[in-house]
Formats: sequence, C-alpha cells, structure tokens
Amino acid sequence: MKQFAGLFTQLDQTNKTNAKIKLLAGYFDEASESDKLWTLALFTSRRPKRSVKTTLLREWASDLSHIPVWLLEESYHIVGDLAETLALILPAPTEENTQDLSEWIDYIREMESMEEEEKEVHIKHAWKQLDAQERFVFHKIITGGFRVGVSQKLLVKALSKHTGLDENNIAHRLMGNWHPDKTTFEELILSENIRDDLSKPYPFYLAYALEDRPEELGEPTDWQAEWKWDGIRSQLIIRGGESFLWSRGEELITEKFPELKPLTAYIPDGTVIDGELLPFKEGNPLSFQALQTRIGRKNVSKKYLKEVPVIIMAYDLMEWKGNDMREEPLSERREILESIVAKCPDSLMQPSVIVENDDWGRLAELREKAREYYSEGLMLKRKDSTYKVGRKRGDWWKWKVDPLTVDAVMIYAQRGHGRRANLYSDYTFAVWDGEKLVPFTKAYSGLTDAEMGKVDAWVKRNTRERFGPVRSVNPELVFEIGFEGINKSTRHKSGIALRFPRILKWRTDKNIKEADTLIYLHELLEKYG
Amino acid sequence: MAGHSLLTFSSKGIYCEQADVYIDPWKQVDKAIITHAHSDHARWGMKHYLAHTSSEPIMRLRLGKDISLQTLAYGESVHINGVAFSLHPAGHIIGSSQVRVAYQGEVWVVSGDYKIQDDGVATPYEPVTCHAFITESTFGLPVYTWPKQAIVMDQINSWWADNASQNVASLIIAYSLGKAQRVLAHLDTSIGPIFSHGAVANTNEAYQAFGISVRDTQRIIGQGPDKHTKKDFRKAIIIAPPSVIGSPWTRRLQPFSLGIASGWMALRGTRRRRAADRGFVLSDHADWKGLNEAIQATGAERVYATHGYTNLFAKWLNDHTSVKAEVVETLFSGEGEEQRDATAEEKGKGEEI
Repeated sequence: MKQFAGLFTQLDQTNKTNAKIKLLAGYFDEASESDKLWTLALFTSRRPKRSVKTTLLREWASDLSHIPVWLLEESYHIVGDLAETLALILPAPTEENTQDLSEWIDYIREMESMEEEEKEVHIKHAWKQLDAQERFVFHKIITGGFRVGVSQKLLVKALSKHTGLDENNIAHRLMGNWHPDKTTFEELILSENIRDDLSKPYPFYLAYALEDRPEELGEPTDWQAEWKWDGIRSQLIIRGGESFLWSRGEELITEKFPELKPLTAYIPDGTVIDGELLPFKEGNPLSFQALQTRIGRKNVSKKYLKEVPVIIMAYDLMEWKGNDMREEPLSERREILESIVAKCPDSLMQPSVIVENDDWGRLAELREKAREYYSEGLMLKRKDSTYKVGRKRGDWWKWKVDPLTVDAVMIYAQRGHGRRANLYSDYTFAVWDGEKLVPFTKAYSGLTDAEMGKVDAWVKRNTRERFGPVRSVNPELVFEIGFEGINKSTRHKSGIALRFPRILKWRTDKNIKEADTLIYLHELLEKYG
Repeated sequence: MAGHSLLTFSSKGIYCEQADVYIDPWKQVDKAIITHAHSDHARWGMKHYLAHTSSEPIMRLRLGKDISLQTLAYGESVHINGVAFSLHPAGHIIGSSQVRVAYQGEVWVVSGDYKIQDDGVATPYEPVTCHAFITESTFGLPVYTWPKQAIVMDQINSWWADNASQNVASLIIAYSLGKAQRVLAHLDTSIGPIFSHGAVANTNEAYQAFGISVRDTQRIIGQGPDKHTKKDFRKAIIIAPPSVIGSPWTRRLQPFSLGIASGWMALRGTRRRRAADRGFVLSDHADWKGLNEAIQATGAERVYATHGYTNLFAKWLNDHTSVKAEVVETLFSGEGEEQRDATAEEKGKGEEI
C-alpha cells in the first residue's frame, strides 16, 4: 500500500503530463503483477463493490477519534472530500503494515460477506495500521471516485513506456469488460491474442470543438458534414451471434435496450458500428431527458419501450467481417456502413444524415438551424480520415451551434468539492417572475479561478442565511448562463430544466433588474423544447 | 459581555477599561499593547505602543522609526492604574507574545497568534494560567494536524536537492516575517545558495541590525551591473512572499519549481487550487490538538475564540469540554475564518497565516 499511496501522492504533486507518465511508468516497473492490474482497474473506474456504507465509516471514525459526528460533518463541508476528511481526523497508526495494494483490496472485499459488527472491527483494525496518506487511498478504494488527473490517455502512455507496446494497442486492450478477478496483467496487456473476449469494444474516436473558421479546413468537398445528435455515443458489436452495446463511458448497456436485440438478424457476425443511441419517435429525436428517465429505471417497462423507443444513428464502421476497419478511409467505411444499415429496419437503425457540403458559408447558415432539426450542430470529418483512438485534433471536428443564453441572478452559493473545496463555487440562479426571483438552474463551471475567488469573497460578505454547506446570498450579481437545450420539468418550480448549463460570463455591467424573466425561458421552451 | 469585565471587546479591539489600554487594536488609540509585529496585529497610528523587545526592529521598520514604543522582556510586568500587564512567549514568530492581564486577583490572557511546536527560531510557547483565555482558532478544526517540523523540513530540503540536480530553481513561498526566517533556519546549505526576495531580505536585515541572529542569504538584485541572471538560480532556493505568485517577478527564476509552506496546504483541495508544484504543511499557528492542549493548560473557565473557525470551535468547547466558550467577532470576522483566508488570498499576502 505504501507504494501505491506514494504514487498517488506524487501524482497529486504535479500538473505536468510528462512527469505523471514517468511516475506511473516507474511505478509499473516496480509493482507486483497483481498491484499493476489493480492499479489499472482503479484508474479506469473498476473498483471493488461498495462493501460498507459511508455513514458507518463516519460513525466509526467519530468513535475512534473522539470527534463528534456533527464536527466531522462540518469538517467534511470544508474539506470537500469524505475520504480525505476521515483520513485526516483519525488518530495516527499504532501498528506497521506491509501488505500491498491487492492484499488491501482483498481485505476490503472480505467485508462483502460480513455482518455490521464484524465490519466495524475490520475497518478499525485497518485504521490502526494505515497512515493518513494510506488511509486516504484506502477510503477512496472503498468509496470510489479516484480522481488524480490520470486520464486514460496518460495511463496508456505510461503502460506503453513500461511494456514497449504500441499505444493504440494498449488503449484497445484496456477497453471493455475485464475485471482483475478474471484476468492477469500478462493476459490483459501482454498476451498475443487480444480478441478472446467477444464483447471487447474499440476505443472511440472523439473530436475537439472547432475553434477556427471552417474555411481554414480547406476545400468543403474534402469534408463529410453530418448532424450531431444529443444521445448516448455507443458502439454496437455483433460477434458470435450475440450483440453487445457499449456506451462511451464503457458501460455495457445491452440489457437496457432490448428492442435493439433483433439487429443480430440483419447484421452479419464480425461487425462493429459506432453510432448515437437516440430516443426516436415518429421520425424525430426526443429530448435527452426522456432517454435519461428511461435509463434511470431499473427494469425496462413496456411503457417506456413504447414511449421512449430508441434507434442507433449509425456514424461509422469499426469492424467488418471480423476485420478491423479503422485504418480504412472514412469514405470507404461509410459506403459499407450504408449498405449494412440499408438492410436494417428504420425503426432500429438509420445512417446519420449527411449534409450537403460544397460551400462553407451555406453550411454555416444551415448550422444556425440545427435546433430546428433537433440537432446540436454539425460534425465535420475529413473524408479520407482513419478512425483514430481517443480525442485527436485534425481530422474530425465538432461544430456545435452557439448555446442558448439567459441573464440570471445568483441567489444561492454552495461550497465545491475537490479542487474547489471550501470555495463557494456552485451557484443557483434565478430569473424574474413578476417581482419575485424564481430559481431555475444550478451551474458549476465557467468562471476563471480569479473570478471564482472574487465571487467566493463576495458570497462570504453577502450571506443572508446558512443551510449547512449552502448559503442564500443578497441578489446582486448577474451572470450570463449558457445551455444546450431546454425541457419541461415537473420537478422544478420554474417548470423547466436546462441541458448542460454553465456560466458564460459574469455580467458586472448588469443590474439585477436587467436579468431575464421566466416568461422568456418559457418562450425558449416553446420554441426549442 | 458585562461592562465590568476586565477585558471587553470594543469596536477598536480588545480593551482594558481599568487601564485604558487596547490589545492589538485596529483603530487609532492612545495606548496599545501589541502581541506581535504582523500587520494585522501591529497597526499604524497608535500614540504609544508596548511590545516585546524582539518585536521592536520590525515595528520600527514597518510603522516608522519614531513611533513611541516601550518594550518588555518575557515575564516582565508593567502596572497601569493597578492593572499588571506582562508578556509571555507565544511561539508564533520572533517576539510574539501572549498578554497576561491581572487585576485584583483576576487573570486574563490574550493569546495573540501562537503555536505549540518549538520551531527553533521563536521562543517556545509557554502556557499561562488564567481565568479567562482569549484564543485564536485559525485552524480550529480536527482535520488540521501538523506533521513534525523536522519531517516537513526534510521534505523541503529533498525537494530543493531534487530540483537542484535538474538545474531547476526552487521558489519557496513563505510570509516574509516569521515563516521565512523559520524555513531559512532549517535549510540544508550544502545543497546550494539561498536567495531572498527584497521583502524577506529587509526583514532579515532589520533583525540582524538589532542583534537577532538570522542566517545570511543573498538579496536578489533585479537591476544594474550586479543584476542576478537565470544562471545564478539553477541550484538555488529562493524565499519569497505570497505576492510574487504568478507575478512577472518570478520570470527571472525560470525554470523553477514552486513550493508553498503554509498550514492551509494540509488540505488536498487547497493544494490543488493553488497550482503549486508542492505544498508543505508548515504553520505558525496551533493545530487542533495544540489549541485544545493550550486551552486545557491555562486552566481557564472561560474561553473566547477569535479568528478562524470560531463558531465551530466554540460549539465544540461548549458541548464537549468543561470550558465555557464564546465567539469574539474581530475586525476580520462576522466570518472570521474564511474572511481572513479570503482576504489573505486576495491581497496575496496575509502575513498572519
């Protein structure tokens, strides 16, 4: 554990990518096979099942440290991280420990079959052996949420450095359904045969937002333009007579969408398709919110199958007849893709609509109308582009329509977490409903660190009431809020819910009387909802 | 508080009516006792000052050569209208004092800022028995536990050595009064040369001129023929105040690694937010355990918490110890803790931290 906790601490101490890669590669060179495997698992969000509730951890830590629970809670609000709060509050260890990471994970998993009293003894015993740094990691393993700024990309680079293997190959191997219980480092990363697992997806190719004018990209005819959809980016795999549906977040979601199962009858074995899972009814996409509600259900009821049916809007072809197609040019992949999709029922799969593109100016005009087509904008893909791994510049760009905006008044502020711990960084905004301010959204991002520092200081001086980590503040500050979409909501007093709200600008030039109204938001809802 | 209390909390600061004396006042008064020379405690414009002998050089440097200043050694008393005032080591910085106020058998102590750990530079903290104790509570939360100074200084020295081996300068951020001298005293001079930012050098020199020993460093020269250049800093550590973070001043040091020595670095969120390469947990204030030990050691029945997480700390004392506690609003409060934190961050100085 010392080794892994040390890695964690060191990773935390640098913002420099190269330094992180070096640290990770160095760690892989030293660590045991099982520790390497678990490290990969933890950094790719494959943590052991939660075996103990955090409320119990709080109680036991309170008990052992003689710090009352209320004070522990208050401390947590200020620290912004429960794993860290518990680690800091507990008394110093009285025993040594020599177990490595995987042994501690086994120790944690032993609790799965324990009664509460046994768990308490088990956890307290661990706390007596682990120092503050190790305890922090120990808590993170239990509670999940390893955020150390180790991206998949970084992990892949470090592994490549450690093994000498090609990065794309490693990125592919890290995908899919593996678990440390069922594989070894050797098998996962080093073995010759990568495809024993039928369900194994390819890494997605992700685009950056276009920042320059499209004219900079060259001839419009070299570029395929298609509508960008707001669903779940997914990968459909048909192999061995079975179908597997993966989300971009690497979740296997096959069972959530049983209506897509029949596709196996239309699509031959050895086919992998990249597309957007989209709620789609009567020829038009539904709101993302509808899809979200459906996913939120434990069981897919008949009602949802009927009310929120889904299709796959097919973007690209990654595998065909069992062959990896990613090195073929987009134009060829697209041609085969169209022939495959043509054989599938419209109600299950459609090819993403390609937009005519012989003039950047005309395309720009069309983009402005994206919302009328229920789309978020356009995707631009170079026709001769290969299918790359991860987020890459150059060949694919997303060219989203400008966000909708509203000027709103801040009325609540809340302390943030992580890097924003103990800083009032999360705000609730309101618009005018007659003489009253009605809250309609929260937003967490968009300000620079310097602006956030100023708002934080302002919040502390302009607090009206405190409710735990939340404060109501004097309604004085106006912000421009940007968002991608707007929907009806029965859960909110305002009657609306926004998609991807964020702060675009602190309008220091505006008085609260100049903020927008609820009527305006309902007009937007009418138009785009 | 009742009007007949020995010390009261007025809009100008802590006040002793019987002697007509203020302690660390923030508005202009006739007689002020100063716990230590940090700018939020030793303010400009008092008619007469009383402070510890070792606070003199800094107070004259910052408040003016000609201030009317009477000094005391630790344990020495002055009597004003029947009230005995004496100063006792607070361990915060050189010359920092707790103020003991005694009148007709009643004893109050004003802690000023203090820490329990002996830092090898300031005279170590000594508990003073009293009936009522006015304590700071800057770090009055159980998540604040300081590592031993020796461990932190090892971390700083090995960070410096590591940087030096790669020809990267080490810029360590420490308040120019107190933290800078503390860090300086424990640096391993075999690693490389030590440079001081002007604000730190001024403080060091004021001490030296007064006969207080501070290790020699090179003052960074920014102009003229003797100007330091980047190559002078390759193996060096540079001690500078927080105001230089992100300023053009640091360009002369590039490439450099940025380290911050502060108690606030105990929290991961703060460390990450400050975007320093390294955060070293080194504070001149008492940690949670230190505050509680200090309060117990005074034997005080009543405690007044100022600065920091006062509300939470007072609630803790009231609900879970035999001490009766109240919150005292100071100039910085309403919201002591955070305000002070915020003010410090805004100004980029806040030397009290």
